[in-house]
Amino acid sequence: MQPERVYFYGTCLVDLFYPEAGMAGIRLLRRAGVEVLFPEGQTCCGQPAFNCGYREEARAVARGQVALFPLDIPVVLPSGSCAGMMRNHYPELFHGEPDEARVRAFSGRVFELTQFLVDVLDVRLEDLGEPVKVTWHSSCHALRDLGLEGQPQSLLGQLANVELAPLGRERECCGFGGTFAVRHPEISGSMACDKADDAVATGASRVLSTDGGCLLNVQGALEAKGEALRVQHIAEFLWERTHAR
Amino acid sequence: MHAETGFRESAAQALGDPQIRANFRRAMDGLMAKRAAQFPDPEDFQAMRHLGTAIRARSLLKLPALLEQLEASCLRNGIQVHWARTCEEGNELILGLLQARGATRLVKGKSMVSEEMGLNHFLEAHGVEALESDLGEYIIQLDQETPSHIIMPAIHKNKTQIARQFSQKIKDAKYTEDVDELTALARKVLRRKFFEADAGLSGVNFAVADTGTLCLVENEGNGRMSTHVPPLHIAVMGLEKVVETLEDVAPLYALLTRSATGQAVSTYLNLIRGPRGPGELDGPREVHLVILDNGRSRIYADPQLRATLRCIRCGACMNHCPVYTRVGGHAFQAVYPGPIGTILTPQMEGVGVRHELLHGSSLCGACAEVCPVEIPIPEIIVRLRREATHRDAASAVEGRGTGRTATEDLAWRLWAAVLSRPRVYRLAAWCATRFRRLIPGGLPLLKAWTLSRAKPVPARRSLQERVREEGLPHG
Ligand code: SF4
Repeated sequence: MQPERVYFYGTCLVDLFYPEAGMAGIRLLRRAGVEVLFPEGQTCCGQPAFNCGYREEARAVARGQVALFPLDIPVVLPSGSCAGMMRNHYPELFHGEPDEARVRAFSGRVFELTQFLVDVLDVRLEDLGEPVKVTWHSSCHALRDLGLEGQPQSLLGQLANVELAPLGRERECCGFGGTFAVRHPEISGSMACDKADDAVATGASRVLSTDGGCLLNVQGALEAKGEALRVQHIAEFLWERTHAR
Repeated sequence: MHAETGFRESAAQALGDPQIRANFRRAMDGLMAKRAAQFPDPEDFQAMRHLGTAIRARSLLKLPALLEQLEASCLRNGIQVHWARTCEEGNELILGLLQARGATRLVKGKSMVSEEMGLNHFLEAHGVEALESDLGEYIIQLDQETPSHIIMPAIHKNKTQIARQFSQKIKDAKYTEDVDELTALARKVLRRKFFEADAGLSGVNFAVADTGTLCLVENEGNGRMSTHVPPLHIAVMGLEKVVETLEDVAPLYALLTRSATGQAVSTYLNLIRGPRGPGELDGPREVHLVILDNGRSRIYADPQLRATLRCIRCGACMNHCPVYTRVGGHAFQAVYPGPIGTILTPQMEGVGVRHELLHGSSLCGACAEVCPVEIPIPEIIVRLRREATHRDAASAVEGRGTGRTATEDLAWRLWAAVLSRPRVYRLAAWCATRFRRLIPGGLPLLKAWTLSRAKPVPARRSLQERVREEGLPHG
């Protein structure tokens, strides 16, 4: 059954770097007939600290975020990584804490955007754009942590004029990995550069992904190489293709 | 073994070496493809690994009892069992066995545990020649190197490098790049050594508690030669290698060879039951089993970390690791490189000294995805990162809390202070978007980022500002 209302969680990277992706996500949901609530006070899911082993700090931030979503309705995120954190790691992070039950209930309501559009809303998209070739990069966390399986591809597949060129080594990490990118910039950078090269080799004009971290990383590598190829969040791309101007 | 330079420096060095990068990329791509071909059906793979995981988990659950049973069964079969708490104890033990029999020439089958012990150096310092007979091990021994992979020790070298090395280091060898000729050359050298050796040493892939059988998986036959030809055979294993019954071996063996090299079966599977019996024509006269702890019982004691000991040393995690693929095994500066090394090394040597290694992972999860015994490597990495910086009372991890720095601590406290105060965050976001092009590239984190990437520029307006303009309900 289709829910009437959902919460939208912007995530810090979308908030600061890809606000249009956030807006597009909200619009896609509203067009599908869902009312979107956007609680104020959103900051970050807490993943960076959690991954580095700073659990108290992660918990302090996460606790404040959970409190923003009291209603028993879905929470939709334009990020596989943050959705994975909230869905799979919050219960563990709050294990044994007094608010564990509340957090667990919250985690059970969390969805990544494309997952929600396909699995819950079963949206149908009509392509209004010119023919274009794109390629797709999965974020590792969307893929392996959250278990996103083919939802983004199935949405892209609904667009008649969009050709999806397979990315070489699609399942290989782009090298972002949060603090990994700055703790081991040489290794991370070489991964980003290889990903950028693979993307260029597809001949596509855009690399799409569902995670701000990957977008930032691959974009940075492409720009440093002077490539014209650009990255884009899938939500923004879907909206761009399917709304009448 | 201790690192002379940090992981970061040695990784950067490897990244700057196009030969290393090309060798690893080619080899790992090949191995990934071969493994994938062995597991065409994801559901079959899941079923197989659930079984493998269950067997390993059950063995570990009963570990103390199984080890006792193994000792009794081995003794019954005529295999003498020795226990070593530390690498030093293990080395002394083996040296003692050799010296008591006047043995000075040892041929070795492949054994990562003996690498862990630094056995070759130790023996050589005491007048025992220890010759590696696995082709890969032999190649790196000629160059006095350490293995860069737990299954394929010389994977960092290509044909030309090996050809050059053989022609320089093997007496009367002429230069050839023909792989068959190179193999034949090594074979000729090693053949003679097998017959001259006073003792043979091997690792153990699985030790069966019930029957006292030592299982040895290999492809070259050198394992069989080292364990069969010399009069004395010494097997070394980590104490986690025990399984309950022979039936447990088949599924693990199937997972091991498929995950490691993409083979359905290996060329040889040696099942060693004991020394030569009366009236038998061949086989060693004495067989000894050395069981090494070296921190394993400490790992065993922790319910989460115990999963580390499920490892069957197939190397699939390194083959699929994007970091390993780029920097190679030596950059890890550890006996066990790659993802398994990233969790095993700090547990053995202490989390503090290996802090940097723990952060050399993007947590992409490719390792856990392929691991045939479902070791949650990324989760354990995160756990150990915590252990490195916190001294939690309940934990027994070696060196916990010693990787803590005041700067990092402060950074995370500041991070939490900003992000648990939405108003402060909003102010920071406002500044970042308004002064988006003015953010100095010389800031520590940005500087690292921009080594190979363009500076990221925040949007003109944050999503939260855009949403406010649109007037969305807050809920
Ligand atoms: S951790 Fe898993 S994949 Fe890696 S070597 Fe051990 S068993 Fe193989």
